Amino acid sequence: MSITNATTVDEALAALRANPLARLIQGGTDLMVEVNLNRTKIEDVVSLRRVAELRRWHVDEESNTLRLGAGVPYAEMERAPLCDYVPALAEAARTVGSPQIRAAGSLGGNLGTCSPAGDGLPVVSALDAVVHLRSHDGSRDVSVHDFMIGVKRNARHTDELIVAVTVPLVTGFQGYAKVGTRNAMVISAASACLVHDAAAGAVRLALGAVAPTVVRTRAAEAWLASETSLIGTPSVSEP
Amino acid sequence: MSNEFYRLRVNGVDHEIRDAWTGESLLYVLRERLGLPGTKGACEQGECGSCTVIMDGEAVCSCLVMAATAVDADIVTVEGLANDGEPTDVQQSFVNAGGVQCGFCTPGLIVAVHHLLDRNPTPTDLEVKEAISGNICRCTGYGRIFEAVRQVRDARAADAS
Repeated sequence: MSITNATTVDEALAALRANPLARLIQGGTDLMVEVNLNRTKIEDVVSLRRVAELRRWHVDEESNTLRLGAGVPYAEMERAPLCDYVPALAEAARTVGSPQIRAAGSLGGNLGTCSPAGDGLPVVSALDAVVHLRSHDGSRDVSVHDFMIGVKRNARHTDELIVAVTVPLVTGFQGYAKVGTRNAMVISAASACLVHDAAAGAVRLALGAVAPTVVRTRAAEAWLASETSLIGTPSVSEP
Repeated sequence: MSNEFYRLRVNGVDHEIRDAWTGESLLYVLRERLGLPGTKGACEQGECGSCTVIMDGEAVCSCLVMAATAVDADIVTVEGLANDGEPTDVQQSFVNAGGVQCGFCTPGLIVAVHHLLDRNPTPTDLEVKEAISGNICRCTGYGRIFEAVRQVRDARAADAS
């Protein structure tokens, strides 16, 4: 049994290369539930909690994108300035568990676990996000649509680390909503993220928790985009 | 574990944790290895908030922290809030307002309320509700808990002015 409390991405990758079966832990809100309730036997762990690089984000003005470190906690996405850049992500973050959970949970964890009910996943889908992966041997970028492949299954290789997610900054309405068995502290029974990319004249709608992975409703998107009378009205334009 | 032990800093004191299993939660280590049973365990899945502690300035569920990954963290439990056995203003106001019935959720709530008021001394009622939304109480109906928080908020504001 071993535990690596990595402080850099390289350190985490070296530990993963040495032992590709090691479990990755960031905030612990998924893995520890598995351990506590399902009595999952944990042998080797690579902890990412102290990797400062994964907690950083920056806006690239040239490409008009936000690159969000995989370990940025939901609590930070809820607050300014991040909530102003990607309002739908802030809304999704606000629906995740409790303040205690949001202080720990992250998009990297959401993508790593790849539960159909992950609250961040419809948002990254509706924004056509890119997932940045790194391994000891190099790095690759994967469209989030190719990354999520099934219930708790994703395209990450065992020696890879999800280091960041890049989303475009768009103008126009964007929002997230979910329904569950009560109003707070609940796992999604169904969720949706709607993004109106005003500059591109496109509408993107992603549904969570209704299929093995997030579903994009391409026909509905095309119809909504063609209904300029709908997307031009205050009800679906900027709040 | 490849190391024979690891260190945790809890309430300002360094502890050596020996012969531990990798997957042990911070909650388990606090209660069973360090003799700090103030932190309560109930759901063990981050739903109830009774195990809330402050880790590096954030209120977190200690049941979801793998203890061996918290080696560099500054951890404060409910035992670390009081001075020399004297209740804090938050603890005293829970008593005064009757915000305690069975008491099981109380330590987690006390920690969460300290965390809130230390960062935001003048929360609105909505901010109080949001801050303790992860701490579930099945006895009080919350009315007296909110009253306790209001009393501390107002007393601290009066002291500051």
